[in-house]
Amino acid sequence: MTAEVLLQGIVSGLLMGFVYALIAAGLSLIFGLMEIVNFAHGEFLMLAMFSTYWAWALWRLDPVVSLPLTAAALFLLGFATYQGLIRWVLGAPMLAQIFATFGLAIFLRSAAQAIWGVDFHLVKDPLVQGRISLAGLFIGLPQLMASVGALLAFVFLNWFISRTETGLALRATAQDRQAASLMGIDTERMFALGWGIGAACVGVAGALLTIFFYVFPDVGASFALLAYVTVALGGFGNVPGTLVAGVVVGLIEVLGGLLIAPALKYVAVFVLYLLVVLWRPQGLFGRF
Amino acid sequence: MSADALGGTALEARGLDVLYGDYQILWDVSFRARRGEVVAILGPNGSGKSTLMNTLSGLVRARSGEISLGDRRIESLPPHKIVGLGLAHVLERRRLFPYLTVRQNLLLGAYHPGARARREETLADVEALFPHLRERQTQMAGTLSGGEQQMVAIGRGLMARPALLMVDEPFLGLAPRVIEQIAEVLTAINRERGITVVFIEQNVELALRMAHRGYILESGRAILEGPSADLLASSEVKRIFLGH
Repeated sequence: MTAEVLLQGIVSGLLMGFVYALIAAGLSLIFGLMEIVNFAHGEFLMLAMFSTYWAWALWRLDPVVSLPLTAAALFLLGFATYQGLIRWVLGAPMLAQIFATFGLAIFLRSAAQAIWGVDFHLVKDPLVQGRISLAGLFIGLPQLMASVGALLAFVFLNWFISRTETGLALRATAQDRQAASLMGIDTERMFALGWGIGAACVGVAGALLTIFFYVFPDVGASFALLAYVTVALGGFGNVPGTLVAGVVVGLIEVLGGLLIAPALKYVAVFVLYLLVVLWRPQGLFGRF
Repeated sequence: MSADALGGTALEARGLDVLYGDYQILWDVSFRARRGEVVAILGPNGSGKSTLMNTLSGLVRARSGEISLGDRRIESLPPHKIVGLGLAHVLERRRLFPYLTVRQNLLLGAYHPGARARREETLADVEALFPHLRERQTQMAGTLSGGEQQMVAIGRGLMARPALLMVDEPFLGLAPRVIEQIAEVLTAINRERGITVVFIEQNVELALRMAHRGYILESGRAILEGPSADLLASSEVKRIFLGH
């Protein structure tokens, strides 16, 4: 293997890593807030991608143009999921909470299959296309766009939770729900907001992925699996930690494929996951 | 303390029954704190002191009974609404936000709209009360010593600009010198700012030396209530706390 191929791999791993990080950040935010794992996170991503696809297919809106709409739609979906489902299982046993979001995942996926079929869809002739070559490396512009967009969204999310009043209230709620309510924080509203923001993260990621990725009802599954690994790696509930973790997962995926065998790239990712769970269950960076 | 400040009812509960599942914690408990008073809630472990306080602040919902704060009924309000009406509650074991800084913890104390507008002013006030906290501003709250954490916890409660401050076991696990310091602050905010103070304490002597009045809980019932001097002299108190 040449150094160029390796370098090319590192660049594309890095680019995907930021998208993984954004998907995982939404998951991590929700978990950190209420210790509930959203098993429908991948299906949220699928819905974001379908929404982006249909905005293009029906109204010729480019993914980049419809992105704010998709993000807003997913925010509402997350908010509604909290109000309509999660709120009712908050005090329930953990198994009931798992079934609630897992059931939602199966429902959304089956509904997508029933309504839109199992075919693969692709946005043709997107606004951002082609590739640039840089010092002998090729970088796909859609991938670059997705990566930069995801990074910007991530920076915005991080600014929001660490620098704003509402962000501070979200973190307080995550750290001690009772104490937060005694400060005058409406913790129920923070939970709903957290679900909205968490889903909006996949809304942005889904819109960006649709520039170059196929859309189909099962598309969320593989991304969700990587997101769980990323969250574990970054530390459950640690949103900034998922940025580094997402990049690590993106790099290992590509390098595993290059250095071991393409078919085994996920093996490398999940071996890493097992190592983290065994030796550093709090993740690389602990809690936020 | 001016005469008209003391006397009116600041907080009153009548006939509270509280259950956790099928297990009844409080039985027909009534409680009253007058404006400007310092009231101690005493009782052995598991007698329901914290549950009473948690019910008053809205964290726990009573099965039956009424709670009034001033002239407002609050038993069906959520905690984030109650704090806005002037009742602050400092939880047992401080319960600071461990991964936020001291300053962020304090500012969150003034989260409700009524306190937020005057936040910086209140912060300066609280820092005057605990000068030591100023040097700790940017430190994570979880890394403070127990005494410092209790200062932040009480400071955070005061940030809400409450008319009534409830503190659950303010002296738990603290060194005697720090206990003295915290006791002085609680007395000072009562005397100088007219804030009604309700606190829970296991040490009868210490508690009744600080308080005007006390309540004694045993097995979920308020079995005794009265001025501190009377309680100190009571044979019932000796029976419960000293076992003779």
